[in-house]
Amino acid sequence: MTQATERPGAEAPKVKGHHNPSDAKAKPWPVEFMSTAVGKKWIMAISGIALMGFVFAHMFGNLKIYLGPTDYNDYAHSLRTLLHPIFPNGFLLWLMRLGLIAMFLIHIGSAISLTRMNQTSRPVKYQSQRRYLAADFAARTMRWTGWIVFFYLIYHLADLTWGWANPDFVYGDAYGNVVASFERWYIALFYIVANLLLGIHLYHGGWSIFQSLGVNSPRYNGIRRGFAVTFAVIVTIANVSFPLAVQFGIVS
Amino acid sequence: MSNMLNLTLKVWRQDGPDTAGQFQTYKTTVADDASFLEMLDYVNEELIEADEIPISFDHDCREGICGSCGVMIDGRAHGPQKGTATCQLHMRQFSDGDTIEIEPWRAAGFPIIKDLVVNRAAFDRIIESGGYISVTTGAAEEANAIPIPKHAADAAMDAAACIGCGACVAACPNSAANLFTAAKMQQLNMLPQGQAERYTRSNDMVERMEQFFGSCTNYGECQEACPKEITIDFIAMMNRDYVKSQLVNRRRLGEKKVG
Repeated sequence: MTQATERPGAEAPKVKGHHNPSDAKAKPWPVEFMSTAVGKKWIMAISGIALMGFVFAHMFGNLKIYLGPTDYNDYAHSLRTLLHPIFPNGFLLWLMRLGLIAMFLIHIGSAISLTRMNQTSRPVKYQSQRRYLAADFAARTMRWTGWIVFFYLIYHLADLTWGWANPDFVYGDAYGNVVASFERWYIALFYIVANLLLGIHLYHGGWSIFQSLGVNSPRYNGIRRGFAVTFAVIVTIANVSFPLAVQFGIVS
Repeated sequence: MSNMLNLTLKVWRQDGPDTAGQFQTYKTTVADDASFLEMLDYVNEELIEADEIPISFDHDCREGICGSCGVMIDGRAHGPQKGTATCQLHMRQFSDGDTIEIEPWRAAGFPIIKDLVVNRAAFDRIIESGGYISVTTGAAEEANAIPIPKHAADAAMDAAACIGCGACVAACPNSAANLFTAAKMQQLNMLPQGQAERYTRSNDMVERMEQFFGSCTNYGECQEACPKEITIDFIAMMNRDYVKSQLVNRRRLGEKKVG
């Protein structure tokens, strides 16, 4: 039998900073699983689903702003007393918050790790102009839209949860705080831009989830993009409507 | 009747793996029924006659089945025609007076050897890690002894169309080899003959791939560049088989239990 021999000068290259399987074998399986890029994409997809669930529930809850101050503040208050007679006040809220923080950490952590891996994968860039055929704007800007949405989220918390960034913040008056914040046109504009970017992020992410999880069959492949578009559009339209409603005096 | 095209070529020239390269400009006139590689042959003949070093490029069968050729042409792997390798691209795809930029594949896993030639040994390492099946030696088995559903055979054949040219890596903004690895994995994972090593293969080929190449972010550039039009559906199948190899792995049944 002929054995394949290495041609001199044609050994496979050693790529710096890349995963080395021989290290991974000794680790327990969840760590070994997360040490590969395919595993990290699974983690990103699963945390992405959890975060999409939050984004949708948050958007849906906030639609109560159109029912008036009483309904909206009751809703905000009810989040603290969810399952109250069974658990202490705020217990379930904090459980959900901790879960969300964990999801954000693993989603962003995996993204950073994969980005680093990809940056070392082509040390010398193409010297001629690349022509992209399939990679759309949303796919190529995931890292940017992701970070901008993250910093927007920090501001959003400072504005309407902690109240530092909102001069007229009154604890417990969720409706009044939203109106006070969105009455400033530049804040309203900032919220609108950030939510459009979130929509772009969801447009690629909502489809990408299926690929990363290996959910693929000719039977339903056609609706994967449709799901991503529908989800992104519904969330974006509803979220953008809140600052617009305050600006145009529909909510005041 | 063929038309003659006057072309300006910007070709990447690089003496060796560790030397700096640059674009060199060449002017040539070629018939539009020449293939892209024939056009490079003409340029090389002129270079040899002028006592200059010809442009190095990989090629072999020149009919799109060997996977040897492949360059970036105007920023697209294998050039502007979909579903063909560089050798199947003909100059009628270009117009008189065009400037064509020709560059090698660029990836950490594909270091340049010379000019347009890159080292694709990393692909061999991926195949070695799991791109095989175990068979008993001896006389060939009767061809229809193992029943295989027609659809599975067709899908496996679609994956097996991969010629290992490396266009998927070249086209991927992350230099990921997921399309190559998925095709070489799924052509076996979909068939009965591939079941014995299915989950060791899925684990080992993914791990070996990531020693050299980037990660998939679902751009879809690879399936546009692939001369065999292999789809990213196979990448999804690989992702599923990889997670199964971590969770329901038959090969681990004989191993010591955790805890």
